[in-house]
Amino acid sequence: MAKFSFRGGVHPVYSKEITSTLAIVKMPLPQKVVVPMQQHIGAPCELLADVEKIEKGIEVKAGQKLGDNKGFVSAPVHAPISGTVVDIGPYNHPLGMKINAVTIESDGRDEWDENIKPAGSLEDLSADDIRKIVREAGIVGLGGATFPSHVKLSPPEDKPIDVVIINGAECEPYLTADHRVMLEKTEEIVFGLKAMMKALGASEGIIGIEDNKPDAHKQVESMVAEEENIRVCTLPTKYPQGAEKMLIYVTTGRVVPAGALPMEVGIVNHNVGTAAAITQAIREGKPLVERVLTVTGSGVAKPANVQARLGTLASEALDFCGGISESTLKVVVGGPMMGLAQPSADIPVIKGTSGILALTDEDVYLAESSPCIRCAKCVSVCPMNLMPTSIAQASEHGDYRRAEKLYALDCFECGCCSYICPSKIPLVQWIRIGKNEIMKRKNK
Amino acid sequence: MVINEKLIVSSSPHIRSVESVQSVMVDVLIALFPAALMAVLLFGYRALLTMLIAIAAAMLAEAIWLRKSDIFSDGSAAVTGLLLALTLPAAAPWWLVVVGSASAIIIGKQVFGGIGYNIFNPALVGRAILVVSWGGHMAGDIWPSPQPFAFGYDAAVVTGATVLAAPEKAVTFSLPEMFIGNIPGCLGETSALALLIGGLWLVYKGHIDYRIPGGFIGTVFILGVLFGGGFYANIFMTGLFHVVTGGVMIGAIYMATDFVTTPVTPAGRLIFGIGCGLITMLIRLWGALPEGVTFAILLMNAVTPIIDNFTIPQRFGGVKKSA
Repeated sequence: MAKFSFRGGVHPVYSKEITSTLAIVKMPLPQKVVVPMQQHIGAPCELLADVEKIEKGIEVKAGQKLGDNKGFVSAPVHAPISGTVVDIGPYNHPLGMKINAVTIESDGRDEWDENIKPAGSLEDLSADDIRKIVREAGIVGLGGATFPSHVKLSPPEDKPIDVVIINGAECEPYLTADHRVMLEKTEEIVFGLKAMMKALGASEGIIGIEDNKPDAHKQVESMVAEEENIRVCTLPTKYPQGAEKMLIYVTTGRVVPAGALPMEVGIVNHNVGTAAAITQAIREGKPLVERVLTVTGSGVAKPANVQARLGTLASEALDFCGGISESTLKVVVGGPMMGLAQPSADIPVIKGTSGILALTDEDVYLAESSPCIRCAKCVSVCPMNLMPTSIAQASEHGDYRRAEKLYALDCFECGCCSYICPSKIPLVQWIRIGKNEIMKRKNK
Repeated sequence: MVINEKLIVSSSPHIRSVESVQSVMVDVLIALFPAALMAVLLFGYRALLTMLIAIAAAMLAEAIWLRKSDIFSDGSAAVTGLLLALTLPAAAPWWLVVVGSASAIIIGKQVFGGIGYNIFNPALVGRAILVVSWGGHMAGDIWPSPQPFAFGYDAAVVTGATVLAAPEKAVTFSLPEMFIGNIPGCLGETSALALLIGGLWLVYKGHIDYRIPGGFIGTVFILGVLFGGGFYANIFMTGLFHVVTGGVMIGAIYMATDFVTTPVTPAGRLIFGIGCGLITMLIRLWGALPEGVTFAILLMNAVTPIIDNFTIPQRFGGVKKSA
């Protein structure tokens, strides 16, 4: 049990019971996939042009690299299926804009690139080998942040890492993909953790799991029973338990300094899905071309945890789950607390897509906001100990200097403030606007 | 696939808590129920009448000012009306109640821009206006004594001074009597017990921060012990006397915790509570008035923005903490 508890946080209605007991279902091979060149934080990929030029009309194999970028903070993208490139150009992206993407029409054969082969056993691989495998496989944070994983495995010399934390909190309501991955890919997660510990020279591995998933906890616990330097840490169920800084504090008691990265305190964090993906890259040589996601919400006829090839359209995934009802008000990619509402379901599943929600008025709360009554509930739930109402107000008034003085940039947009606000003020939205403006001024 | 062509695209989070301004205000009304009930039990039907008139006048004043037909609306006017009523003497004439309620809503709240924008606690603004305008009705030293369970008694006949105006008389009341509320005073302020029950519930519901009543009551107790005068043999009794008499309990639990007019920071709230206790005791012990809760809270309301500014909490990770 965790010894520490982070301040603030909220207890939303979790609605996880809809899908938490449903085993992962493999979606049939899609007829068509759309692969955006940006599925990660960092420099966008450029289409390969040297050895094998990626252009309209060529045949590609599953796992074949489509795009890459020489920049360090970037991750290549690969073809999720075999078939013909039928289009290259801007396509709807879950981030709400059009981004350059490769559209592949399936040949139905699912033939894999011949270069894909196992990398060998963990003992034979050096730290550098592991980093290279992770990079070449295009693995990014699958929890939704999509930060390139190899970067996290390459800390600077002066920042030794002693602890690797695997994030199995899954604190977002509705989502159960990580839960199922922990139950069904337990061994892969532990193997991935060991690989990361080796790459970092870390002496301790911690797997943090919220206590609303006792079955996952039990399963992982029994898997690591023999491991001397890996332990499972039970986390109290509280949103945002899975936020990096909160998770680190709760599992180790270490406080990541404001504005700094976890490596500052000798820690690297990875999502359970990321660990499993790393295992697959080492054992089978497979790049990241599919992931597990939860398709749920009261607008979905048959909610499920599905394993889908990247590039599968959200509309197809929803159809696979029985389609969505006409009363659907919002289609959200990600969880209901931090996910992005989409204007259409014609968007591809990308590396960071942890869930697709079809929410009706049973789930979403649509209300006019009224003036702030200064109840300070937002102040008491803010896990970063900020003053959301004051930052939002400063931002609303265009006083970005004050917003910055109130530490707007420390906000990681968990949404607890907006969630709890009795006046239904979109606090985190105002804070986001403030953060954007502050950054714009800084970059000038 | 069937898809609603008018999908809503808005900023996360997409789910919200069910709590609304109205539900919070209803919770405050519920919390005040024990005090209201005690007022009726102690002071008879006039107490009920006063409360109903005050609530109705407050809600009407707000509805007329805002030109809207939803009388209850967010419920804040009803809370203001009830709070004001509970700080009035049982003998208050109906017109006084109406004037107090209307000025609380209009001068205390609406002229500033309505809910969320007022600087001073509306109920206390209304009460302060009555105190300075009709002192004879509000702050005289002749108060109806409570007549438990005598629902129809004539208030004019049975009178006595409040214990604060004549502390030497306090020894005629036992502390349990004062705790339960069987002493002369305003309708809702006499029963510390009833106020405490509602207050604990509000803390449990997360609507009020224990720091404000804690700082307020703690300061009153300590100053009472140190400087309260020697009419009790035990100085701690004197401290308790200052806590359970007058408006300290109702002020600390329900007025000094008013969301809009008090600080939002945890440290600021503690400072606010302590400041209220300090000013209350300054007025009680060395000021011209027997009671100082009203003006203590109003004065602290005035410095709330300054307190907030000086107590911005340290962000997570802002100072180095060792594990």
